[in-house]
Amino acid sequence: MVKLAEWRGKEVFRKYGIALPKGTVVRSSAEAEAATRTGTVPLPCVLKAQVLAGGRGKGGAVRFAATPAEAREAAEAILGMEFKGEKVRELLLEEKLAIGRELYVSLTLDRSLRLPVLMVSPHGGVEIESVDPTSIDRQPIHPFVGLAAYERRRAAEFLGLTGPLAKSLDPILASLWEIFQKEDAELVEINPLAVVGDRVVALDAKVIIEDDAAFRHSEYAEIRDDRTPLEEIAREKEIAFVQLDGNIGVIANGAGLTMATLDVLQEYGGRPGVFLDLGGTDDPKKVAEAFLLMARAAPRAVFLNVFGGVTRCDTVATGLVEAMRQVPASERFPLVARIRGNNEAEGVAILRSAGITSLPDLREAGRAVVQAAQGGRP
Amino acid sequence: MSVLVDGRTRVVVQGITGHQGTVHTRQMRLFGTQVVAGVTPGKEGSSVEGVPVYNSMARAMAATSANASCIFVPAPFARDALIEAVDAGIELVVIVTEHIPFHDMLTMYHYARIRGTRIIGPNCPGIASPGLSKVGIIPNVVFRPGPVGVISRSGTLTYEIVNGISEHGLGETTCIGLGGDPVNGTSFVDALPLLEADPETRLIVMVGEIGGAAEEDAADYIRQHVSKPVIGYIAGRSAPPGKRMGHAGAIVLRGKGTAESKQAALESAGVQVARFPYEIPDLVAARLSRAPP
Repeated sequence: MVKLAEWRGKEVFRKYGIALPKGTVVRSSAEAEAATRTGTVPLPCVLKAQVLAGGRGKGGAVRFAATPAEAREAAEAILGMEFKGEKVRELLLEEKLAIGRELYVSLTLDRSLRLPVLMVSPHGGVEIESVDPTSIDRQPIHPFVGLAAYERRRAAEFLGLTGPLAKSLDPILASLWEIFQKEDAELVEINPLAVVGDRVVALDAKVIIEDDAAFRHSEYAEIRDDRTPLEEIAREKEIAFVQLDGNIGVIANGAGLTMATLDVLQEYGGRPGVFLDLGGTDDPKKVAEAFLLMARAAPRAVFLNVFGGVTRCDTVATGLVEAMRQVPASERFPLVARIRGNNEAEGVAILRSAGITSLPDLREAGRAVVQAAQGGRP
Repeated sequence: MSVLVDGRTRVVVQGITGHQGTVHTRQMRLFGTQVVAGVTPGKEGSSVEGVPVYNSMARAMAATSANASCIFVPAPFARDALIEAVDAGIELVVIVTEHIPFHDMLTMYHYARIRGTRIIGPNCPGIASPGLSKVGIIPNVVFRPGPVGVISRSGTLTYEIVNGISEHGLGETTCIGLGGDPVNGTSFVDALPLLEADPETRLIVMVGEIGGAAEEDAADYIRQHVSKPVIGYIAGRSAPPGKRMGHAGAIVLRGKGTAESKQAALESAGVQVARFPYEIPDLVAARLSRAPP
């Protein structure tokens, strides 16, 4: 998923005509001062760190300034700070508006209904999970029909908006639906949507674009998102690779089997560090590539758990042995294998000739790899 | 007996001239499936594994009276392939293709539903009834005819579990891989009544995973409508929140879709939930020896 930073989300909002505070993005304190001095951003203003993690206000990543000098000072304080592991490189400077009520609106997918759902709540400005469900209105939207005018009216009513306020909400909701569909969004959220005088304004923007729709959205291709550098390389090589915070590497085929393998490791006190899904590949080169990527994550031990159905055990074993040879001796790690299924005997024999034992029992194999990661021999 | 596929299933493979389409046409035929046609635009007149190729679904169906389709075409073209299959009047479509945008799948699901076509998948291994027919890519070797119905959101893990059930000397009526995407054509709730109604299925194995609420929905359904014993398993207990665990649909978002929630829901509906996949064959055997045939 491509999570857009607030300013990128707001650029999308602007394109679709959603009302926003006046603002600009800056990357240095000098730019912050200049933007306020020239009036590009009216004073007083708010400076917001452009990071993906939530809780910026409480975490000191949002500050206010009444003069250009204060804007410079505040920018200096935020830029370069590390917020929940993310370095702040960009700031969004916006005019500070006189805010009335804060509301919540979003569009997302209801997987059970297999329908998009419009969610609105009069309690905005806080995490929606913390809001009492009776204060949230959920309207499923049929994709063939789109967000109907009566549904938008119902949302306004639930939010307690009437007159010009209701009138200003209506096009925002229509745009939200357009963004959700046309931009292939998983989530479009405005929290808070603030009452400012006689209209509502989007103070924040949260937009998540679906990865699988990347083929028709080259405009998002450059956004690195919150992937780790290794996850980024894996993505380019089309290998499913997820970094976690433990020290055991897991190579398996298929998402379900990979998850089940992680569960077994955890049961024996192991902490999975990297998970790599070979998928349905039966290409030894691809297996080798995946294995070398795993080596770069420097795991304490690696567990290869493959069930050959379409994939053949012998081709996986061949790729694995080939890749092992390419890893320098100083960077080798203990390897526990469990290969089962299609051409199992041949695969086990190839591994054995390279000094790797395949343990057929998942429990036994899981225990062995956890032990190896803790310093014992596999 | 079986559900959804049987000896009368006549399959057309959409994307038959691609690598996957060709490999699995061969595997389906080895399983005993009647693969009667393939479709690849522009390739009419050729054949793959002895199966004639047509330019369109309409032409393939007119020539062969196929009643099921298996889609292997790449994700950007999957939506069109499905619409074409539905318009040609097919009854059942298995979509193997992975990485279809969910917005496309919403259109596909609702369109198929209006026209009365059932979709299995996408991003799924398909459906198989040992001795009768297979539509999809589940390995032939794992099956053995028997009394267990299997429904699962996973691929390889399903093969492993079915293999374990077969090795235990038990066997399967039908195995349905529902797929790992957030929007699927057939959910647990859609598949459960089929297995409940199938006289030869004596027990249901249900393999779920983190993400969404399909297992919680299934638990509600089971409590009210399923009389047969159900053994469950949920993969992804150790998955950290916010990480997409290989399947597009396998993600704990904003505290929703955890393994704990699913396990608790299933247990409250009387489903015995295995802690690990290797426990399933023993649980199935024990349950079958208790349940009346």
